[in-house]
Amino acid sequence: MTSTATDNPLARPGEDAEVIVRFDGATKTFVTGKGKGRREVTAVDDVTLNIRRGEIYGVIGYSGAGKSTLVRMINGLEPATSGEIEVDGRRVDGRTEEQLAPIRRDIGMIFQQFNLFTSRTVAGNVEYPLIRAGWSKDKRKARVAELLQFVGLSERAGNYPEQLSGGQKQRVGIARALAAQPKILLADESTSALDPETTQEVLNLLRRANREFGITVVLITHEMDVVRSIADRVAVMDSGRVVEEGATAQVFSAPTTSTARKFVATVSHDEPDAEELAYLSEKRQGRLVVIDIRQGVDVGPVLSAAAARGVSFRIVFGGVSVLQKQSFGSLTVDLSGEPHVVDDAIEALSQVTTVKEVSA
Amino acid sequence: MNWSVQGPQLLTAIGETLYMVALTMLIAGVIGLFFGVALYVTRTGNLYASRAVNTGINLVVNFVRPIPFIILLAALGPLTDAVVGTRLGQNAAIFAMSIAAVFAVARIVEQNLMSVDPGVVEAARSMGVSRPKIITTVILPEALGPLVLGYTFLVIGVTDMSAMAGAIGAGGLGDFALRLGYQRFNDEVTWAAVAVIIVLVQLVQFVGNSAARKIMRR
Ligand SMILES: Nc1ncnc2c1ncn2[C@@H]1O[C@H](COP(=O)(O)OP(=O)(O)O)[C@@H](O)[C@H]1O
Ligand SMILES: [Mg+2]
Repeated sequence: MTSTATDNPLARPGEDAEVIVRFDGATKTFVTGKGKGRREVTAVDDVTLNIRRGEIYGVIGYSGAGKSTLVRMINGLEPATSGEIEVDGRRVDGRTEEQLAPIRRDIGMIFQQFNLFTSRTVAGNVEYPLIRAGWSKDKRKARVAELLQFVGLSERAGNYPEQLSGGQKQRVGIARALAAQPKILLADESTSALDPETTQEVLNLLRRANREFGITVVLITHEMDVVRSIADRVAVMDSGRVVEEGATAQVFSAPTTSTARKFVATVSHDEPDAEELAYLSEKRQGRLVVIDIRQGVDVGPVLSAAAARGVSFRIVFGGVSVLQKQSFGSLTVDLSGEPHVVDDAIEALSQVTTVKEVSA
Repeated sequence: MNWSVQGPQLLTAIGETLYMVALTMLIAGVIGLFFGVALYVTRTGNLYASRAVNTGINLVVNFVRPIPFIILLAALGPLTDAVVGTRLGQNAAIFAMSIAAVFAVARIVEQNLMSVDPGVVEAARSMGVSRPKIITTVILPEALGPLVLGYTFLVIGVTDMSAMAGAIGAGGLGDFALRLGYQRFNDEVTWAAVAVIIVLVQLVQFVGNSAARKIMRR
């Protein structure tokens, strides 16, 4: 994918897209306690990565993996202990709170618990960053109306946060974060407190902010489903490190680390787990193999050829899905027949894709 | 109780008490707010985290607060003299009351600010809002309801202090009850002072509570 956003609005930022957030060996170590109780936690450990202008970048990992710390290093809410962080051409590491202010004005942020001002109305929340940025009253009013329209809460302008549902609060959070026209939007577990339906509403808004305003979105989640449905690229974090990074479809179809594989398994349950495997093994007539299905892999002809030589195959488990126009998944097949012919069939399958024998 | 004699005296005493309480609340309210905010923002992990400053202010607050007011009133004598020019009268009393109240206000402000969700402070920081502006436009407005309740509560404490101001010739309802009632075995006069105090405190409570309710929309 090398086309740019300008010649095709649906195309996603490619390899050649400009880098907007750059981590270079960034590390964050928290020190807690003193003396004997002193403890060091390296929340972010030597992370190097590039986020491209205009993309939706997902960060996934288990609780405590360092995701929040990583994203908070982008706007300097957590100062790096070492390494470099550059946002839109400006260094963030080593800055004082005062020096960070102008950089932060270009970075919106939304939170799991919404963090709305309870003393201000919906409109007041959205207007607040504009007041701080010195917008005139007329311009503020127009902008607030435009944003409330965007998030579908025009009727709620005069309400206070406690009068809103979780999904509505997050929409206010999005409107507030977008108010001062940031270039980047950071979303830390922004849908984790919401039900599935509301999650989709919020994700749709993030997608629209990305597509309509060209805002780069950095989205943190522990839910693989969320990343799958929205992220162009994804980083998998484990114990402070980015253990895997790539196009979402690629990480999904060919996860290389066990952490990534576990996450993929949570959404695409296409391989039998231990219990299912025990059952399948009991019922099997021949040998059980899991065949990887990926873009460009066609196992049909191989299986037909095997069938012609007397191998019978039964598909006993599996699933295939499509993501970013890429197919991926797996099929578990029970192959029976003359032993050497079955051997040949498995060998032939191994020529075209990854095959794993799982007979217990 | 003879209204034609003690009536005007009661009115004067009410006036003196109101004057002392109002002025003390104003002075201690503003200075105590400053120190309360300072206590809050210098806490570990907060906007101006500083162990040294926080410990310093805490030490002074914890040191002065437990001193019984009547003793503080006497102990402050020389300082009161130096600042107000006299150890006696209403202004001397207001000075001593303000000093005692500042520490109470500071503590109550600190406690009420701690009810502010750190998440909203973080949201403001993420917008690039300066720290002073975060204090004035986020933290204080977010805590306004509890703060009003806290100040209302403090009025009772300050009224309590004002009753002892008679000891240094500042008059007020305490002096009225003690000198004209208790010492002359005129219980009705004492009870009149009690009734007035109850009404005043209830009035302040009512106003404070309804204001806080309105601010907190409950
Ligand atoms: N302010 C802090 N002080 C001490 N340790 C922290 C702090 N913030 C995070 N940590 C630690 O850093 C690690 C990563 O935390 P976090 O970035 O919140 O992970 P995640 O968002 O992936 O759940 C955890 O072990 C956490 O306990
Ligand atoms: Mg987190």
